[in-house]
Amino acid sequence: MYVDKFQFHDYYLVDELLTEEHKLIRETVRNWVKKDVSPIIEDYAQRSEFPNQIIQGLADVGAFGPYIPQEYGGAGLDQISYGIIMMELERGDSGIRSTASVQSSLVMYPIYTFGTEAQKKKYLPQLATGKMMGCFGLTEPNHGSDPSSMITNIKDMGDHYILNGSKMWISNAPFADIAVVWAKDEEGKIRGLVVERGDPGFTTPETHSKWSLRASATGELVFNNVKVPKENIFPDVKGLKGPLSCLNSARYGISWGAIGAALDCYDTALRYSKERIQFGKPIGSFQLQQKKLAEMITEITKAQLLTWRLGVLKNENRATPAQISMAKRNNVNMALQIAREARQILGAMGITGDYSIMRHMMNLESVITYEGTHDVHLLITGMDVTGISAFS
Amino acid sequence: MNILVCISKVPDTTSKISFTDGNSKFDTNGVQWIVNPSDEWYALVRALELKEAGGGNVTIITVGNAEDDAVIRKALAIGADDAVRINSDAKDSYYVAAQIAEYAKTKSFDLIITGNQTIDYNNAEVGGMIAELIGWDYVTPCNKLDVTGNTCKIESEVGGATRVLEATTPLVISAAKGMAEARIPNMRGIMAARTKPIAVVEPAAISPQIKINVFELPPAKAGVKMIDPENMDELVKLLHTEAKVI
Repeated sequence: MYVDKFQFHDYYLVDELLTEEHKLIRETVRNWVKKDVSPIIEDYAQRSEFPNQIIQGLADVGAFGPYIPQEYGGAGLDQISYGIIMMELERGDSGIRSTASVQSSLVMYPIYTFGTEAQKKKYLPQLATGKMMGCFGLTEPNHGSDPSSMITNIKDMGDHYILNGSKMWISNAPFADIAVVWAKDEEGKIRGLVVERGDPGFTTPETHSKWSLRASATGELVFNNVKVPKENIFPDVKGLKGPLSCLNSARYGISWGAIGAALDCYDTALRYSKERIQFGKPIGSFQLQQKKLAEMITEITKAQLLTWRLGVLKNENRATPAQISMAKRNNVNMALQIAREARQILGAMGITGDYSIMRHMMNLESVITYEGTHDVHLLITGMDVTGISAFS
Repeated sequence: MNILVCISKVPDTTSKISFTDGNSKFDTNGVQWIVNPSDEWYALVRALELKEAGGGNVTIITVGNAEDDAVIRKALAIGADDAVRINSDAKDSYYVAAQIAEYAKTKSFDLIITGNQTIDYNNAEVGGMIAELIGWDYVTPCNKLDVTGNTCKIESEVGGATRVLEATTPLVISAAKGMAEARIPNMRGIMAARTKPIAVVEPAAISPQIKINVFELPPAKAGVKMIDPENMDELVKLLHTEAKVI
């Protein structure tokens, strides 16, 4: 049976900046990942199937809406706890973390932030316990980095809305019970609403043949004259700030999650470098391998400090979208580079499913693109420091 | 049934072991502490199972200082109802057992469960000492425990065989592998642990019985010596003169 030998690495004693509760949460999620995710995830990824049986476990360890207040079924934890949970999940697999990210930041967060009291009470407790799963529809086939040009729309029919359009690259879509959908109203303003599975005209075809996030279910949301009750719309949020605030929360979680993937690759490569003998010595004794490992732990340590500080700012409600962009961009790229270098340390073994590295590497090719591409986040930083938009 | 579960904090098995004060004191600098595995996996979880099946209360107790509250919170997160910390360093096995016995005498527990041994000093002494000090029966090791009324049916694996016995409460037992499956605390448990009470009790006037003079690390493992398969005489000679096994 597969044994997950992962050991955590904390080169700068960042643990001393965490509370005992943070560490207990981390240990809890890590133990759960080792027990219920690591032994099965490679098989599910190889078969391109989402392991449905882990949904209850994700709910039990608090991965669904950990920062949502307890009165709505969340755990009422702080933002660093949320980050830690995402890191430990992505240490197992980015697809599993994606499922939790979407449920927490893209479904529960907007319902909690923009929803009516009735919407919060109807959906949040069910989402927190995993009895109901959600997805988030913003990206369209022809509108990715430019969501404000979306064509999905709603028409006010008096006592209900009629929704038309389609969304693409939607994590959790194939099995989601509800979708938080962003669509333009008749004035061209972006509005958010909750669409439920089973609503006539609403279908969720699955996206097949992915080489990335293979253990995560991805699909489309297709709306063909879907009748949406008026009570399902978020009443007060209009414009891109609605979906963008959700993405800020998700991107923050991704900046932590990427460290998990990087740590898993580094830990695997470090152990392998001490066990693999070539020319009569462990390959970890050769300078070129040490250079790789030393650079990996340096970059991981920088990312750990970046996210810890970002978490403190987020707890104080002071983290700016541009700061979150910087962390998401830096950390995902860092993880992807480490996955590639770690794969080289393992040589041919690195391409097999006996090790997690190639799976992480392929997953991170999605993570570096979704939730704001690597390039777009750079332009956000560029705009922030110059005051000039380079988007158009 | 009211159950008292004794827990210890021990270094995580990946901790680097070193000493200070002329090798007379364990260097705790940088050590990650965990709940002693047999206390957590077997003693605490079986106590919780008994409570879930038949009602009652599970109290955890440890002898330690304020930094031990972290391991106490973990035990509370797994499901214990409340906790007691005897506010003192754990000086030796007798000291710990006597402090727990003094506390237990003032309460009405039916069962006291310890892990069968800690993974730091491996003494396996505290359970027996508690039983002696409060005058209860003691069973060790317990690999299986079922309780009906005040009768405990216990299975002990001893010398490759299984001993099945019955004992009546009040009773002290030491829990070993097989008693229960480890539980991962869930988020509800972690949240609930925030508000569960930890009673801090000042220690009784008890003198420790042991003074540690010096710790010594075992010698570093020697490298593997490869012998040519054609050279059996050399292998036999080394097994005789160096390994001294033949």
